[in-house]
Amino acid sequence: MRRRAALRRGGLSLAVDLRAAAVTAALCAVGLAGVVLHVGVGEYPISPPDVLRALLGLTSGEENYAFIVNALRLPRALVAFLVGAALALSGAILQGLTRNPLAAPEILGINAGAGLAAVTLIVALPSAPAALVPPAAFAGAVAVAGALYLVAWRGGSSPVRLVLIGVGIGAVATALTTIMITYGEIEQVSQALVWLTGSVYGRSWEELWTLLPWLVAFGALALLRARHLNALSLGDEVAAGLGVGVERERGVLLLCSVALAAAAVATAGTVGFVGLMAPHIARRLVGPSHGGLLPAAAATGGTLVVVADLAGRVAFAPLEIPCGIVTSAVGAPFFIYLLYRSRDVK
Amino acid sequence: MKELGRLLRRVEAPAGPAKLRAEGLVLGYDEATVIDGLEVEVPPGRITSVVGPNGCGKSTLLRSLARLLRPRGGGVYLDGKEIFSLPTREVARRLGILPQSPEAPEGLTVRELAAQGRYPHQSWLSQWSASDERAVERALQKTGMLPLADRPLDTLSGGQRQRAWISMALAQETETLLLDEPTTFLDLAHQLEVLQLLGRLNAEEGRTVVMVLHDLNNAARYSHHVIALHDGGVYAAGPPEEVVTPELLRDVFHVEADVVADPRTGLPLCVPYGLRRRAEGEEA
Repeated sequence: MRRRAALRRGGLSLAVDLRAAAVTAALCAVGLAGVVLHVGVGEYPISPPDVLRALLGLTSGEENYAFIVNALRLPRALVAFLVGAALALSGAILQGLTRNPLAAPEILGINAGAGLAAVTLIVALPSAPAALVPPAAFAGAVAVAGALYLVAWRGGSSPVRLVLIGVGIGAVATALTTIMITYGEIEQVSQALVWLTGSVYGRSWEELWTLLPWLVAFGALALLRARHLNALSLGDEVAAGLGVGVERERGVLLLCSVALAAAAVATAGTVGFVGLMAPHIARRLVGPSHGGLLPAAAATGGTLVVVADLAGRVAFAPLEIPCGIVTSAVGAPFFIYLLYRSRDVK
Repeated sequence: MKELGRLLRRVEAPAGPAKLRAEGLVLGYDEATVIDGLEVEVPPGRITSVVGPNGCGKSTLLRSLARLLRPRGGGVYLDGKEIFSLPTREVARRLGILPQSPEAPEGLTVRELAAQGRYPHQSWLSQWSASDERAVERALQKTGMLPLADRPLDTLSGGQRQRAWISMALAQETETLLLDEPTTFLDLAHQLEVLQLLGRLNAEEGRTVVMVLHDLNNAARYSHHVIALHDGGVYAAGPPEEVVTPELLRDVFHVEADVVADPRTGLPLCVPYGLRRRAEGEEA
């Protein structure tokens, strides 16, 4: 049972889903534990208590700990969390908007667009600086989303058309990416492939500070529009009957979703299936109301990618597996499970 | 000062139930014109049923009355004002619409669904006021859904689910409720359950109800006013006794039928016995 507490003062009022808040707090705690473990492992292992001391700025026996933890390892773990949170938010918004449990940024071709732009840059313009890859990926994602909206628009945007055309555009972008990879120089191609699988390897504070504003801005905007998203997830007719400006709200929420996915993919490449899985797990825990679901999904996604990256670093150490491979290894069967289950419902 | 406030409030409040009517209405999708030059008036505070054969534009008419479909010609007027000239939220506070077999996201509870009905009354600052909470509880109580309020919709029977959706429309606190085939996919007992609920809401609260119904006998039994559609216009409109006749069944539904008086209520009851024989030279 879900309990809502009402906060009221004067003309202001807000309902808080207590259970969703508790679950989100618990998920964040798990995510934080994941970050501590993540920071502790490596060629130079540090025990969790020492990690915590270093994070809090307390001095401990080893002088190097603070440097290793705060300068080298922490940003990567935090970037992993933020990337996961952004992808999960993007997926949760899309699933609500399209009323389709299988919707995710990768299904709509947004990741494929980012991938095509990044790979084109890496393979076709090898002299371009590496710092240009994230903005190119971002532009690719936004371009695909724009094309999608334009093609799907027929006197109005329909969720089903968005999904179908998204799948189509994604397939085209993936095919073009494959051409790039087939005809590219081997050195650039291997670099492109690492980017395509999705990895937070070597991410620093700089990447973190680039990603964070996007996550905060569009995550907050989506959360403020949770009320409208709830109404839209009942279907266009019901939403319009309730007084929702359907096309405007859908446009704003789609923009949030695309910006979040694009920022995540630009930072870490295409970390697969997080945008699909995390919202489902969160929905199981807190229900489908977006005021509670969005924060819970973000915490789930963040934790998922931190744990995936941790697993990728530990499983075959000293060999490292990109976190995108780990999430895909878990996510692909999950996707098949969802397809299998949706077969039973009608 | 207090006096003035009371006076102002009285001026703001609409006088009596809203009047909904359509004039010279032309409706269609893409190429096809479904409704052509239709005139209709919904009697306030009463139950109106819209009947007609499949594809005659019943749902299309209802959607346009609810402002979900923009007319190609003519217009729909709420208290004399063209409905598309009114702000979306204001319309949503006065007209509630329940589309045909709506679907809720998996796991949504009855109370959460009913709470969605408060959308047009909420704003960014006021997201869950005391009156929101009261309206939702009242709606759940009216529909008898309080005991099931915390159950997810997907665990309920068809009739319970329909009552949950009606709770949402009730929580919206509109004077007028528009329902598109509220009894489709329901068995006999659940059909009665929903129709009796609508009857009670009308009798106790004076809400105007407009519904599209497939079953003529249900329309005759549960409504004060019947609108029969035919050939893109109104074939007949009025009390069931006047509208539900053998001629209507023959001309509109292409069925030969006896119309007898219901032994309990005296209302018309159709007993179809065959398809209409087509006259010489008439198109099939």
